[in-house]
Amino acid sequence: MSAIAIPNRHAALLRRLRFVVWTFTASASAMAGLALVAAFLLLAAFGPALVPYPDDARGAMHLAQRLLPPSGAHWFGTDEMGCDILTRVVVGTRTSLWVGLTITGIAAAIGVPLGVAAGYLGGRARATIMRITDVFLAVPGLVLALAIVAALGPGILHGVVALSLVWWPGYVRLIEAKALTLRHEPYVEAARTMGAGHAWVLARHILPNCISPLVVKASMDMGLAILAAASLGFVGLGARPPAPEWGAMIAVARGYMPDWWWYSFFPGLFIFLTVLGFNLLGDGLRDMLDPRSARG
Amino acid sequence: MATLRTILRRLALLGVMLGGLVLITFTVSNVAPSDPAALAAGPDATRAMIETVRHEYGLDQSLPMQLARYVADLLRLRLGRSIQTGNQVADDLARFFPATMELVLLSMLFSVLAGVPMGLWAAVRRNSWFDHAMRALAVSGVALPAFWAALLLQLVFAVWLGWLPTSGQLSVATAPPDPITGMILLDALLRGQWAVFAEAARYAVLPAFVLALPSLAAIVRVNRAEMIEVLAADYVTAARAHGVAPRRVIGWLALRNAMLPTLAMIGLRFGWTLGSTVLVETVFDWPGIGLYAVNSAIASDFKPVMGVTLAVGVTFMLTNLLIDLAYGWLDPRTRSA
Repeated sequence: MSAIAIPNRHAALLRRLRFVVWTFTASASAMAGLALVAAFLLLAAFGPALVPYPDDARGAMHLAQRLLPPSGAHWFGTDEMGCDILTRVVVGTRTSLWVGLTITGIAAAIGVPLGVAAGYLGGRARATIMRITDVFLAVPGLVLALAIVAALGPGILHGVVALSLVWWPGYVRLIEAKALTLRHEPYVEAARTMGAGHAWVLARHILPNCISPLVVKASMDMGLAILAAASLGFVGLGARPPAPEWGAMIAVARGYMPDWWWYSFFPGLFIFLTVLGFNLLGDGLRDMLDPRSARG
Repeated sequence: MATLRTILRRLALLGVMLGGLVLITFTVSNVAPSDPAALAAGPDATRAMIETVRHEYGLDQSLPMQLARYVADLLRLRLGRSIQTGNQVADDLARFFPATMELVLLSMLFSVLAGVPMGLWAAVRRNSWFDHAMRALAVSGVALPAFWAALLLQLVFAVWLGWLPTSGQLSVATAPPDPITGMILLDALLRGQWAVFAEAARYAVLPAFVLALPSLAAIVRVNRAEMIEVLAADYVTAARAHGVAPRRVIGWLALRNAMLPTLAMIGLRFGWTLGSTVLVETVFDWPGIGLYAVNSAIASDFKPVMGVTLAVGVTFMLTNLLIDLAYGWLDPRTRSA
C-alpha cells in the first residue's frame, strides 16, 4: 500500500530525479569520470590492504631487485630501493585523497562565507572582500604557494596549508556571483518583505541554491588540488621522498629517467587519471545540475 | 573621453592591487611562524649573527615601521640579497626574467595561434572526428601534470628519437647573442644570427609546447563553446540569409564575437602559464625565474622567492590591464563599465 502511496506523493520529484540521473548516465564522459573517481576512492579505501608488498610503502629495502622493469611479480616495476612501484603508487592514493579533501575543504570553508557575505550584504563589505580576493587572484596560485612554503619550510603539511591559503578566492568569486543574483530574486524579496530575517533567508534561499555550483567546483578542485600538491612534491617542497607521494616519487624517479622510465611513468599516470576523473565528473555534474549551462 | 577615463580608472585600480600584493608579500615574509631574521641569516647562522641581521634589516622595529621600510625599499627596487650567492635579487631577476618571458610568450603565442582555429573548426564541423579529438584534447590537456608530460616528451623526442635537445637554452659551445632584450631567440633574430636562432628554437620547442598544452586545451574549449553559441545566434542567421559569404560569417562576424570569452581565458591562462614555469623550467633546466624560485625555496633563501612572487604578480596584473583594454576595444559595451 505504501508502495503505491509514495510514488503518488513524490511523483514529480522522482520524475525530475530520473531525468537528472538520465542526463548524467547518458554522457559517456561523465560516466568515465565517475568510474575513475570511484576507482580512486576504492583504491584509497582498500588499496593499502590489497597491495602485493605492503612493507614496500614503509621504506623497505630489497637491494637485490633494484629498478626491475615491469613484470608479472612487479606490474609497474621496482624503484631504486627495490620496492614495488605498484604498491607505492596505490598507497599514495590515500595521501592524495586527504590532500585534495583538505585543500578543497579549507578553501570552501574560507571562501563560501566570504562569498555569501559579499554577494548578499553588498555595499562596502562586498567592495572590501572582492578587492582582497582580486589581489590574491593576481598572483598565480603555485607561485604564491611556493612563497608561503618557503617561509614555512618544505613538507607536505606546509604544502597543504600553503595551497589552502591560495585556493579560497575562487570560491568567493563563485558564491558572490551566485548570491548577488539570488538577492534580487522575487521570492527572496518577497520573503524579506514578509519579515524574514537574514539568517532565515540565507538558510532557506541563498545557501541551498549555492550547493550545485559548489559541488561542481569542489569536484574539479579535488583533482586540481591533488595536481598542485604533487607539483610541490615534484619540485621538492611538498612531501619528502621516502613517503609514497606521487609528486615526490616522480622527483626521485627523474634522476633515473632515460633508462628506467617506468619509475616516473606510473605515478604520473595515476595523477593524470585522477585529475582527469575529477574534471570529467565535475563536467558531468554541471550538465546534470545546471542543464542550462550544458555545452553542445 | 570615456576610454581615457577607463584607462585612468584601471590604472588607479592597478595601484590598489599593487598595494595589496606588497601587503601579502610583507605578511608572508614577516608574520610567518618562522623567524624572518633566522631565514635571512641562513641555515648555518649563529645566534649573534641572527641578532645582527635582525638589527640590520630593522626587524626589531615595530610592524608599521617595518612595512614603511619595506615599501621604501621596493620603490627603489631594493629586493634584498640572496644568501646563497650574495647577489642582489633585483639583478638576478633582471637576468632570469627574460628567459621566462621568452618561454611564456612562445607558449601563449602557440596556444592562441593553434587553439583559436582548432576551436573554430571543431565548432563549424560539430560532431565530426575532428570535433571529438578536440574535446578529448580539451579535457585531457588540463588534467596533464606539466612536469610529467615534460619528462615523457624529453624521453620520446630527445632520448629515443633524438630529434631535439634534452634541456637548457643553448649548447655550451654556442655563445648567446649580445643581449638586447635578454630573450635569446629575439636577440638572435635582431642581430641576424640565424644559426644561433635555429639552435635556440630547437631548445625552446619542448618546454614551450609542454607549457602551452593546458592553455591550448582551455582556449580550444572556450572558443569551441562560444563559436557554437554565436553561430546559432540570430544575427549570424540573418547575415547568412543576406548572402554574406560563409568565410566572412565564420571568420569575421562570429569569431569576433566569440573572441571575448576567449580573450578572458587567454588572460587567465597567462597567469597560470607564468606559475607553471616553476615546473617546466625545473625539468628543462631553463634558466628563468621559475627555476630560480624553486632553487631558492629549497635552500630557504627567502628574498629571491619573494622577489619572484612580486615580479610575477606585477607582470600578471599588467597583462590583465592590457586584456581589459583589448576587451573594451573588441566590445564597446564594456567600455563604460
